[in-house]
Amino acid sequence: MISEKRRDLYAGGLVFLIGSGAAIIGSKYTIGSLTKMGPGFFPAALGVVLAIMGVLIALTSILNSSNAPAAVDPHHSMQTEPDWRGWGCIIGSVLTFIFSADFLGLVPAIFLCVFVACWGDKTANLKSSTLLATGITIFGVLLFYYVLRVQIPIIRGL
Amino acid sequence: MNGFEGLMHGFSIALEPHNLLWCFVGVTIGNLVGVLPGMGVLSAVSILLPLTFGMKPVAAILMLSGIFYGAQYGGAICSILLNLPCHPPHAVTCLDGFPLTKQGKGGVALGITMMGSAFGAAFGILQMIFFAPYIAKVAFSFGAPEICSLMLLGLLAGSTLAKGSPLKGVAMTILGLMLGLVGTDINTGVERFTFGMIDLSDGVALVALSLGLFGIAEFLKSVNNTAPVNMAYANVRMKDMRPSKAEMKEAAFPILRGTIIGSLCSCIPGTGPTIASFVAYAAEKKISKHPEKFGHGAIAGVAAPETSTHSSVQGDFIPTMSLGIPGDAVMALLLGALIIHGITPGPRLIIEHPDIFWGLIASFWVGNLILIILNVPLIGLWVKMLMVPYKFLFPSALFFICIGVFADKNSLYDVGVTLFFGIFGYLLLMLKFEPAPILLGFVLGPRFEENFRRALIISRGDMNTFVDRWISATFLSFCVILVGGQLFVRLRKKWAAASYVVGAITLALVAYLNMYVFGLCLIVIAVQFALSLRAKKPLATSEAQPARVAGE
Repeated sequence: MISEKRRDLYAGGLVFLIGSGAAIIGSKYTIGSLTKMGPGFFPAALGVVLAIMGVLIALTSILNSSNAPAAVDPHHSMQTEPDWRGWGCIIGSVLTFIFSADFLGLVPAIFLCVFVACWGDKTANLKSSTLLATGITIFGVLLFYYVLRVQIPIIRGL
Repeated sequence: MNGFEGLMHGFSIALEPHNLLWCFVGVTIGNLVGVLPGMGVLSAVSILLPLTFGMKPVAAILMLSGIFYGAQYGGAICSILLNLPCHPPHAVTCLDGFPLTKQGKGGVALGITMMGSAFGAAFGILQMIFFAPYIAKVAFSFGAPEICSLMLLGLLAGSTLAKGSPLKGVAMTILGLMLGLVGTDINTGVERFTFGMIDLSDGVALVALSLGLFGIAEFLKSVNNTAPVNMAYANVRMKDMRPSKAEMKEAAFPILRGTIIGSLCSCIPGTGPTIASFVAYAAEKKISKHPEKFGHGAIAGVAAPETSTHSSVQGDFIPTMSLGIPGDAVMALLLGALIIHGITPGPRLIIEHPDIFWGLIASFWVGNLILIILNVPLIGLWVKMLMVPYKFLFPSALFFICIGVFADKNSLYDVGVTLFFGIFGYLLLMLKFEPAPILLGFVLGPRFEENFRRALIISRGDMNTFVDRWISATFLSFCVILVGGQLFVRLRKKWAAASYVVGAITLALVAYLNMYVFGLCLIVIAVQFALSLRAKKPLATSEAQPARVAGE
């Protein structure tokens, strides 16, 4: 776990980067004048303010030398190490949905999306994952295909 | 239309079978979401938002609001019986609710909560009936500069008074404003921040943004990271819920005070139910004759915060419906839903769409009644719901997110955008940013820019227009107080001299902007000073600094 001070430093850096980036991109659109504002005025102004906020966030982290303990959220135990399995499965599940909805159809998309996500949990096993994925697939097809008429064919190529 | 006629009209709409059904669906889902550990109101509202696109606007708004206040009922069950603060407004209820449960009085605590909730909600709704049309009438005279200053006030309050560091909150709001700019500029047709992608020329979809930030990011944070659920005390039946006469007596005044605090908090933009409940708890502890009982199962410690949550949840709708300025992220989503359904939010809403405004109010009565019926006799069922494990919850929710975003515009590209915001949102969460203000900025962004441009076109580029018009100046003076006051409080401990300079600058600016507000400030400062002399303690009272209370 990174220290609070360094975390705020990173946070300020990120905000500064986004802000200055937006200001640079924004200034490429026409800025115009106060009377006749161009499309670039608002983005550039917001970008500059955001960059300043980034500097302020970083500054306060440097000035606040006291390392106050971070507030503990009882529902979430403090994460100590990166959980690549959980992250990978959740991100993979959404990606699977995108590609299978595009190439395979609704039924495989729902099934694979839920099935992949299930493995993100450390206690997942084949039986419970398959059961959950099947259940959600049946429910999802009924609700989204027959009732709400989502525009994805049940199985592509049929 | 006066209040009574309006309400009658509203009931005739809310009691239509079709609307009644959706109201029921909304509050039930809300209650369910409240009970399930690991699901948030924001993600629930945004998952269901795309499903409402085919519905009539009235039914859609009734249902989405139902989720919001329904979840407050469910959240109480979760925190009292399981000691899990699943929902921020109920976090403080755990402190006294769970000790009561351990003493075998969980049912009583829930019973008191239900009574308080009903009372608080009723008060909040009445407040809305009386104040919202009046506020809207005043707001009719607002021109572009006033709207601009008011939005600035709303955004500042929403970002600095909410949870977390105010600086980071402001940064998130600005980020949200910028995300709102993505797409084709309405005035000139120039495409901004689209990076050459055609799919972005319509802007970022509200659903994609909110489901990324509050759905996927939340799952990335919670997977394999949820505390095991302790069900040892969670067996409550209906007959356990009736409090004794002594307990009723103990709860009566806390309920009354909680209601008042909640409704006051809802008047200040940006301070939603979470802050109301913290302030109510702190106030109750201060007033109580037995402050040592708090934290060991004081009935007042459950009754006051829960009641204040409900009265402020209902009051939260006032600025959203009468001014078109959302107080928090949930309200921003609702406002977004209105816009998607083709309804312009703002002071004209009550007159142009009385069916929505009065129908919504009538549905609050109906919905709260349904919730009481759902919760009191069926409490056993909800308790069982607590047992749904997270490992089944998040895969199902992920699917609903994917298909919901897709159904919005039939675009798989938007699902990708959702994923992007999910990962980005998780990065923000790791850096201890609160993503909620992003949504506030995002929804208000386009209107803010439009009104800002219009104000300056009318005044021929003269920035003084914001200061010369007294209503606008008043809003600006509140903004100054908001920023100056927080700086003052924060600097006082370490750099006392700097804090007094900040205080003086703040007062000077306020005096320049509006003499009446300046006078009010002086009175408040004098009263604080007098109180601090009497108590011989630092003048920090809990009511004066909701932000710090909530931050603890």
